Amino acid sequence: MTFCRLAGLCCLTLLLTGCSGNWGWYVVDPTVPAGWNNLKFLLSGLYYTLLLSFTAIVISIVIGLAVALPALSANRALRRFNRVYVELVRAVPILVLILWVYYGLPQMTGLSITVFWAGVIALALSDSAFEAEIFRAGIQSIDKGQYEAAHSISLSYTDMMMYVILPQAVRRILPALGNQLVYMLKMSSLVSVIGMQELTRKANELVVVEYRPLEIYTVLVLEYLVLILIVSAGVRWLERKLQSDQRG
Amino acid sequence: MVKTSFCAMLNLSAKAMIKVENISKTFGDFHALKNVSLEVLTGEKVVVCGPSGSGKSTLIRCINGLERHDEGLIEVADNRLTHTSSSLRAVRSSVGMVFQQFNLFPHLTVKQNLTLGPVRTRKLSQPDADKLAMAYLERVRIPEQADKFPRQLSGGQQQRVAIARSLCMEPQIMLFDEPTSALDPEMINEVLDVMSELAGSGMTMICVTHEMGFAKRVADTMVFMDHGEIVEKAPPEQFFSNPGTERCRDFLSKILAH
Repeated sequence: MTFCRLAGLCCLTLLLTGCSGNWGWYVVDPTVPAGWNNLKFLLSGLYYTLLLSFTAIVISIVIGLAVALPALSANRALRRFNRVYVELVRAVPILVLILWVYYGLPQMTGLSITVFWAGVIALALSDSAFEAEIFRAGIQSIDKGQYEAAHSISLSYTDMMMYVILPQAVRRILPALGNQLVYMLKMSSLVSVIGMQELTRKANELVVVEYRPLEIYTVLVLEYLVLILIVSAGVRWLERKLQSDQRG
Repeated sequence: MVKTSFCAMLNLSAKAMIKVENISKTFGDFHALKNVSLEVLTGEKVVVCGPSGSGKSTLIRCINGLERHDEGLIEVADNRLTHTSSSLRAVRSSVGMVFQQFNLFPHLTVKQNLTLGPVRTRKLSQPDADKLAMAYLERVRIPEQADKFPRQLSGGQQQRVAIARSLCMEPQIMLFDEPTSALDPEMINEVLDVMSELAGSGMTMICVTHEMGFAKRVADTMVFMDHGEIVEKAPPEQFFSNPGTERCRDFLSKILAH
């Protein structure tokens, strides 16, 4: 279904734009060798876009959870830590954070850092504040009776979270987590400014050589579109699977 | 008559399983419990009744530490209840609790609901825990539902699963917090039957309930609470035929009228 619609969309774009005299699709025409090579060059950025986004989202989920749990504590200092972290990290624009991690952090710590890890750290940090808020909302939505039942069979805090509270919370926040994953895939394009060889960087480099920004950026748009539609379908599949799990 | 003498026999040999001494609990300005004391002997069945807001739920929730009492002393199976996690776990491992709203874990099957505690807390192996779970499901008469999810069961079945889940922890004491109040009328008896059977097996029990027929059959001691205090405490024969206080008489006439 999704793929049919997608193919239709691509055809429509090509049809509409192909009619105009300003377009020169030869740059990315797979039937001629030069166009095919350009296309392969553009697609080769996919590897780092995916690797970067998925590594960053996994790390941001771990940090997000670690920041969310103190928010639910009875201890005021822990709750304050959560607020300060979320407010501070949320206030920094992602692009600024990328630049700061890549150029600033090595100077401050004396450690050299690769482009890839600078990108991962910046994306993961900035996203972790949002993940923390999502986890907090999900955990707070679980009925108090679930905690009491867990206490009554004397589960430890860790077991209670691992086996009772989080599995239910994650089911509820899955749509929001899916959103963050899509968001992360898109934000990974910003890491191109420090030279990460991902989709956007590849497109920029090709534009400089071929000077056909219209066609190349259109391909770039389609690349992100296809990628994100696939990821969305995956998240929706997972949601359905987990829901049917609960109904048996 | 038989029951009375049996109790008397028990009382001679039994010692206090639960000791509650002068506990108080406030929620903001509201005095939920005022200086409440209660002693429950090993094997004794106590039924607590009283109007809503009288503190009966708060009392049993204090006994397994779900509510923190402000003052007084609670001792359960020789463990003094303080609010350190080790004391809480010691107390809770000997106390099972059944809730009005069942509070089953909706994302786990019936069998997984039953085995989670034994595997994680009592460190049983999964096969042993499975065997234990099936044994208790037999006992509450729903072994065929083992692989279903809670929401596929009726309210009465869910509450029986909840009872089995508590029993899988092999507690010495069972607390029931209005276990039939959320049930449709036709399902109340199946739960009361299981509770009666459990009472017959010698379990120490405290039940908060308005099911007076059940109370007459099962209770060794009736407790009537009002405004956070224990107003009356008596064996059921005396409690129902000749209540000592006006408030208790008034309450009983209201709930026994129909």
